[in-house]
Amino acid sequence: MTTDSSTVAPMPGGSDPALAAPAVRKAPPSALKRAFRNLSVRIGGFVVLLMIAIGLAAPYLDTMSPTDISPAARNRLPGAERTIRDNEGKQVKVVHRFGTDSLGRDTYSRVIYGARVSIFVGITVAIISVVIGLLIGLISGYFRWLDPIIMRVMDGMMAIPGILLAIALVSLFRAGLMAVIIAITVPEIPRVVRLVRSVVLSVREEPYVEAAITVGTPTVKLLWRHVLPNTIAPLIVQGTFICASAILVEAILSFLGIGIPPEVPTWGNIMSEGRSVFRVFPHNILYPGVFLALTVLAVNMLGDGLRDTLDPKMAKRV
Amino acid sequence: MLGFILRRILATIPVVLVVAIFVFLMLRLTPADPAAIIAGDNANAEQVAAIRKQLGLDQPIYTQFFIWTGKLLQGDFGESFFFKKTVASLIADRVQATLSLAFFTIVLAVMIAVPIGVLAAAKQGSWIDRIVMGFSVMGFSVPVFVIGYLLIYVFAIQLNWLPVQGYTRIELGVWEWGKRLILPAVTLSVVYVALIARMTRTSMLEVLSEDYVRTARAKGQIERKVLFRHALRNAAVPIVTVIGLGIALLIGGVVVTESVYTIPGLGRLTVDAVLARDYPVIQAVILLFSLVYVMVNLAVDILYTILDPRIRY
Repeated sequence: MTTDSSTVAPMPGGSDPALAAPAVRKAPPSALKRAFRNLSVRIGGFVVLLMIAIGLAAPYLDTMSPTDISPAARNRLPGAERTIRDNEGKQVKVVHRFGTDSLGRDTYSRVIYGARVSIFVGITVAIISVVIGLLIGLISGYFRWLDPIIMRVMDGMMAIPGILLAIALVSLFRAGLMAVIIAITVPEIPRVVRLVRSVVLSVREEPYVEAAITVGTPTVKLLWRHVLPNTIAPLIVQGTFICASAILVEAILSFLGIGIPPEVPTWGNIMSEGRSVFRVFPHNILYPGVFLALTVLAVNMLGDGLRDTLDPKMAKRV
Repeated sequence: MLGFILRRILATIPVVLVVAIFVFLMLRLTPADPAAIIAGDNANAEQVAAIRKQLGLDQPIYTQFFIWTGKLLQGDFGESFFFKKTVASLIADRVQATLSLAFFTIVLAVMIAVPIGVLAAAKQGSWIDRIVMGFSVMGFSVPVFVIGYLLIYVFAIQLNWLPVQGYTRIELGVWEWGKRLILPAVTLSVVYVALIARMTRTSMLEVLSEDYVRTARAKGQIERKVLFRHALRNAAVPIVTVIGLGIALLIGGVVVTESVYTIPGLGRLTVDAVLARDYPVIQAVILLFSLVYVMVNLAVDILYTILDPRIRY
């Protein structure tokens, strides 16, 4: 920061006072800059961006329809070639890079399109659970009389193993993307609530917050200005880990046959479909498995790197 | 200490109660009507109403909760919609497979994870440390079923060393029983090893910088004893905690592993129950797993006071 912080000049680019407030303290190379220099943030971030790009560009990556069934081309090995008739009636030669599944769908296309669902689920679950968890956590940490009730409920939810809770929740809805997202989000919320609450409790003891309370700052403003900024770094980190776990759980649900409907190309669905003929045609589990593992690994690496740089207190704890 | 144990036990009661309410509400407020499911597609409205009455579903919701809880306490989990057997007997049939798998996995995971965690901490920054940490991140990222199929492909199909799938009850021969559990246990232990090894390393690193470790080294104690006798004992509390908390991961993994290896256990039962929308079974299994999880962590908390007499609450 180049401007003298003692003059009450408007912050440069300070459109969001909540974000800028804590930065008044002289922070040596900003946390964000440190994060971008971190090796695992770079590697993880690169792979994540690559997967997002693959998902977005799926139609242009020499794919065919991921849902078209062709009984004549069932269970082909990777690299199998065949000629098909395209829309204009011309003979076209196609290569099944990753082979086909037992309905004759092109595994390569399904894997590429599968990136869309996985990443969408991961990011959506991360955002929703962080937002809901943040709200509940702020309320719980700030309103003392509500705290015991909320925390008992959260303890109860955390006592149910996450995947099991997701499985049970899935059974409540008609199978579909929304159901899966809700089912994965709910078990993640208590963890966010606990994190936010612990930040609130520790911030509340800080002299500047006590001072703000003394001068009669309204509660909402207090939470927005002083408490919220302190939760951002740990929440970014937590959100990243939630994203990784959500991608995994979505694949698990689809794999078990209780997630997103089987015709939708998701990595879990491709593997689930490949189970029955796995002994002879392992490629339907191998390729989506590699993509899935790589993506989750990248998101986890990103999370580890962000934790080390943005939230060193947490890095020491775990 | 007795006071602490008592208070700790009392503290689990609200948790269990919240779980029970949650499980009850979750499955009672579904759009699907269990009575209609039992009655089948061809039933008329009267038949459905009769079944609803028989199940007590016509009562107000809080009465239903008390009826349900009262029955639970007597060990009556109700009747499965799908299997037409009592839920208790379904669970009893399947508990052996799941317990065997969990037992093998925990033993295997602790036996591998603790030593490699200690080693990684002792040689911090070395290639051993990097491999252990790398494995740990990998373990969290590669899904259980991918590991499972990979192991099946290599050890059962290509090398033909071990059976592909299935489960043999222990009564039919210990060797047959154990042989079929090796691959599932290895599969399931990967994520658990990752978790425990990482915590062991972190906890050891903290302890290794303590004065008493330096003293032990200064007096010429051999390194193995410094690590395992002086350091590991003091680092034990967080490790035991994470072993307890990891049970949640393990339970999630059991569901997947049993599906991959077609083991007729509680995990497979859960998936079948969800596919069939068999709500009494889903309720019972979730309650049971959660109860185990809560109890294990209760035991862990009590174990602290024995492991580390300095801890007083």
